[in-house]
Amino acid sequence: MSSERTAGASHGSIKTYLIGFSLAIVLTIIPFVLVMTGALPKTATLVIILIFAASQIMVHLVYFLHLNTSSEQHWNLLAAVYTLIILVILVGASIWIMYHLNANMMIDTKTIVP
Amino acid sequence: MADHALNAHENSEAASTKLFGFWIYIMSDCILFASLFATYAVLHHSYAGGPTGKEIFDLSGVLMETLFLLVSSFTYGLAILAMHSRKKTQVIMWLVVTFALGAAFVGSELREFAGLIAAGHGPGQSAFLSAFFTLVGTHGLHVSTGLLWMAVLVYRLFRSGLTENNATRLMLLSLFWHFLDIVWIGVFTIVYLMGAMP
Repeated sequence: MSSERTAGASHGSIKTYLIGFSLAIVLTIIPFVLVMTGALPKTATLVIILIFAASQIMVHLVYFLHLNTSSEQHWNLLAAVYTLIILVILVGASIWIMYHLNANMMIDTKTIVP
Repeated sequence: MADHALNAHENSEAASTKLFGFWIYIMSDCILFASLFATYAVLHHSYAGGPTGKEIFDLSGVLMETLFLLVSSFTYGLAILAMHSRKKTQVIMWLVVTFALGAAFVGSELREFAGLIAAGHGPGQSAFLSAFFTLVGTHGLHVSTGLLWMAVLVYRLFRSGLTENNATRLMLLSLFWHFLDIVWIGVFTIVYLMGAMP
C-alpha cells in the first residue's frame, strides 16, 4: 500500500541504510583525518576532500533520500537537476565576478591572506 | 469496499503531491544555502584584522557535530523503516533518539558560537565572521526547526498513532532531515576543513 507513495521518498531497507551509513562514515572520517594530520600536500588534500564531499552527497541522495532514475522519481530528479544548474551558476559566477573585481581594484589578495 | 479502496488511492495521491511539493520547497532552500555559500566564498579572506578560520576552528568538535548529525540521519531512516512495518513504539523510540542527536548537534554548535562571541570574535568583527555566522547559523536554525517539528510529530504519534496523515508527515520530515545533513557536508568541507587547512 505505502509502496505507491514513492515521489520524494521511496523507501529503502535496513541494508541500504547500513550501506549508505557506512559509506558516509568513511567519506567523513578520511577528510577530517587528512586535514587534522596534514599527512598529504595541500593541493592533494584539497582535491581529495572536495571529491569525498561530492561522493558523500551522492551517497546521501541515493541511500538516504532514495533519489533514482525510475519513472515515479522523474519530476523530483528534474527539479534537482534544475536546482543544480542554478546552484552552479550562482556560486560559480559569484566567485568569478568577485575574484575579478578584486583583481581590477588592485587589491593584492596575497597581502590579505596571512 | 470499493469506496474504501478509492479513498486509499486518493490519500496516497495526496501524499505523493505533498511530498513533491515539499521537495520543491527543499530545492528552493538549496538555492538559499547556495547564496550563503557564495557569500562565504567571496568573503572568506576578508579578515579585517580579525582571526582566520585556522585560528578559531576546532576540528575535533566539528567532527563530533558531524557524527551527531550523520548518526541522526541513520536513526531517522530506522524510524521510517519501523513506520513501514507499522511499529508505532519503535517509530517513536527512533524519533526520540534522532531528536537527542539533533539536540546534541545544536548544543555543541551554540557552545562554539558562544565561545567565539565571548572571545570577541562575534559576527561584527569581520566580513569573514559575518558570513560564517550567517551560513552556519542558518543551517543551525533549520536543524532547530526540524527538532521542533519532530517533537510535535512525536506528540501526534502518541495521540493518534500511525495514521495516513502522520505517516505523510514522517516522510516529509525525513526529506527535510536528510537534506540538512547534505547541506552540512558542504559546511564542514568548505567552511571548516578548507578553512583549517594550512
